[in-house]
Amino acid sequence: MTSIVKSIIASFQAFPIDPFLLAVLAILIPGVIIFLIMAVNALIAVYFERKVSAFMQDRLGPMEVGLFGFKGGKKFWGGIGQTFADAIKLLSKEDIIPQDADKFLMIMAPFIIFTGAFLTFVGLPMSDSLVISNFNIGIFYIIAMSSVGVIGIILAGWSSNNKWSLYGAMRAAAQMISYEIPIALSLILVVLVSGHLDIHGIVQWQADNRWFILHSPFASLGFVIYFISVVAETNRTPFDIPEAESELVAGWMTEYSGFRWALFFLSEYANMLIVAFVASIVFLGGWLSPFQLIDLPFIDIFPESWLVLDGTVFGIFWLFIKAVILIFCMMWFRWTFPRLRVDQLMYVCWKIFIPFALANVILVSIWELIF
Amino acid sequence: MDTTLDKSIVNIDEMVLNMGPQHPSTHGVLRLKIHTDGEVVSKIEPIIGYLHRCFEKHCENLSYEQIVPFTDRCDYLASMHMDHAYSIAVEKLLDIELPERVEYIRVIIAELQRIASHLVAIGTFGLDVGAITPFTWTIRDRERVLDLFEALCGARLLYNYIWPGGVSHDLSPKFIQRTQEFLEYFETQIFEYNELLTGNKIFIERTADVGVMPADVAVNFGVTGPSLRGSGVNYDLRKTQPYSIYDKFDFNVPVGEGTMGTVGDSWDRYWVRMVEMEESIKIIRQAMASLPDGDVHAAMQKKIRPAKGDVYSRYESARGDVGIYIQSNGKNVPLRLKMRSPAFCNLSVLGEIGEGWMISDVITILGSLDIVLGEIDR
Amino acid sequence: MDVNKIFESISTIEGIVLNSEANVIMVPSASLLAVADKFKNDIDLNFDFLMCVTALDNGDSENFTIAYNFHSNKHNHSVELRVVVVDGEGVPSLASIWKTADWHEREAYDLMGIKFIGHPELKRILLPEDWEGFPLRKNYKVADYYHGVPIPKDKSYWE
Repeated sequence: MTSIVKSIIASFQAFPIDPFLLAVLAILIPGVIIFLIMAVNALIAVYFERKVSAFMQDRLGPMEVGLFGFKGGKKFWGGIGQTFADAIKLLSKEDIIPQDADKFLMIMAPFIIFTGAFLTFVGLPMSDSLVISNFNIGIFYIIAMSSVGVIGIILAGWSSNNKWSLYGAMRAAAQMISYEIPIALSLILVVLVSGHLDIHGIVQWQADNRWFILHSPFASLGFVIYFISVVAETNRTPFDIPEAESELVAGWMTEYSGFRWALFFLSEYANMLIVAFVASIVFLGGWLSPFQLIDLPFIDIFPESWLVLDGTVFGIFWLFIKAVILIFCMMWFRWTFPRLRVDQLMYVCWKIFIPFALANVILVSIWELIF
Repeated sequence: MDTTLDKSIVNIDEMVLNMGPQHPSTHGVLRLKIHTDGEVVSKIEPIIGYLHRCFEKHCENLSYEQIVPFTDRCDYLASMHMDHAYSIAVEKLLDIELPERVEYIRVIIAELQRIASHLVAIGTFGLDVGAITPFTWTIRDRERVLDLFEALCGARLLYNYIWPGGVSHDLSPKFIQRTQEFLEYFETQIFEYNELLTGNKIFIERTADVGVMPADVAVNFGVTGPSLRGSGVNYDLRKTQPYSIYDKFDFNVPVGEGTMGTVGDSWDRYWVRMVEMEESIKIIRQAMASLPDGDVHAAMQKKIRPAKGDVYSRYESARGDVGIYIQSNGKNVPLRLKMRSPAFCNLSVLGEIGEGWMISDVITILGSLDIVLGEIDR
Repeated sequence: MDVNKIFESISTIEGIVLNSEANVIMVPSASLLAVADKFKNDIDLNFDFLMCVTALDNGDSENFTIAYNFHSNKHNHSVELRVVVVDGEGVPSLASIWKTADWHEREAYDLMGIKFIGHPELKRILLPEDWEGFPLRKNYKVADYYHGVPIPKDKSYWE
């Protein structure tokens, strides 16, 4: 299976080039690509979130800032340049580090969180054969890398030398470590059934059979558990207790400002995109066209010619559509629900999700054996 | 090396958190000194006074008419109630009869103000438990009440509308029509709030059984208003000691029944406010239906000079029992004016009912008491 | 119950006088606790609410009146008690009987400088701890400086 790194190496091998330079290029180009994806994602997602929240709250959202003279209309496109203005503001803000803070850790923490999100993208395919580097343990790698962020959060909360930050960090540690268990248990289902840790293998299995969410009732339940758990994992309402604006001011981010805070923001929205991607790939058929893959044996509603809406280019489209729908759902949660309390959050995880996820693993295996 | 920790120097059992004066959910500049053990709060010490503007000292140097703008600024979310409470006290001191129309207008305005104030209370309570959308919805609808008030007297927050002896402007027929339209619109909105917030499972989990205030504790601390009625005590001055013309109207006094948990929990206090808005709609409808004619300035005196004497008058504002104590020495300036602020007493109970809960619950309880710092600190 | 009947039911207590003109009961500070106890516990009186504690300066900042407004939710009647004290003398605190009195007495102490004997924590509530003087007294003079910051006293500072 091809990947971006491989094709870079292959295309540059035609020229007489220093192997060291080749290695640097093979690292640098994907790095820039990932950074661009993260930056553009944050810009668009923040704008999207503002407009979605404005829509749900019966107001207009950002309406003033245009982009290159384009002021937009009265509704959706008004204020299209708002997030660019925000980004510029954040980058030009004063970088405040409290006097008694642990300066080294405080400077390091945003980069650790950012690195966690950044590295996850390496193994995350955007479409068929459009992946930075193709692992044969892709899903395992993604689970591992997405839990790097919690170290950064604890460091950020601890090093700020602020009680609110400390509370936020402790809550975040408890929450994120707990919710990794149901996430991993839900992802194991697909590994069990398809026999692949490799993401392409998983999607190929879905292409050969059907979308994993339609595999069995237990797989659907697995999707529900996975999706709710990742909302908790990304610290979004109703599980946003680590930042809990009305309780902990801004939680572990209280003392951060400017660029470092922007990195947190970037990582948060990157994490949203990652979990939406993983959910789409593992449960919703990834880059496969929905026309092709709602492959129930007795229903054949879509004409054969629609199957051409597949392939690498359409794959990007389908994957993003699925991810955007999931991200919209996450925003919908955020602007509808109140926040859970710490103990209730832990209750939901340890007493509901983990037992169900564990039972799910067994039940899906039995289902697979019988049918 | 001796590694044992000297506990006389370092207290490892408790952490003291300073919540406020700059904090997103202390509803103003309130400071709470919270002793915590992990997430659990063992002691709460409210520290107030950051908004102290020497209201009572000011009143000793102002004539009776000039005090009204200052009462406006006490409870800035229910300014009409404060004006009304003060005006009733001065009228009691002057011993004057008001024209019927003035009383009706005052009741209509006061109940509209109660709706506006409860909307803020409900919205910010939602905000405290983490729901942001209810806040924008309630603020949107409060805006309509403020629009009505703007049409009435030109001001949106600090009205200076109800004066001792009357009101500053008469109602226009257009105002009545617009109020009716608002009430029709607003009735459907209450249903939407219930859909969005009241019945939400997470909201119930967060508020039911949290911060239970038993009736005897509430009474002992002098808690009044919706917070007291949430504890199941049927105490509403509009019913028990009707002032103005409240005895002419048919309305219920909702009390907490422990629908979702225990009587007197945060959910009950929230729910009482929700039902009270419906009752206010009833009162406004009845008052508008029988609004008499008359001159709203008829009873107003050119110069207010009450006889020598003291008066203590009480008023049911959106937050509870406003008491105004005026000591007059026969001049046009009161000798002493004391305001018993309801939120002042309501806040004092926080240390009692907030102990033993988690930090998040303290925010919930504080939100359910619906305090306004302008009135507490005066 | 009106004030006369209330007065009758507590008339055994020493030193209390009915001021029928103002409809208030004058209580010497020595018998305040006895009256309070009766108010709270007598079934016919049952004053469960202490609505308000007002400190009044009698004009010379030497004598003060403290007005207590009670209300009974059960019987729906109210009464006002008044205690006259000389500056420096204490009044027994009612904070142990009605918790409302806790903060109200602190406020009276803060702004009027009245000492309440037996109050659990008599300290300033609205003003800063280190404020000097009691602002609501008639003879209160604003200090020139607060923490080295000059306190503006005439309009030239802000106009």
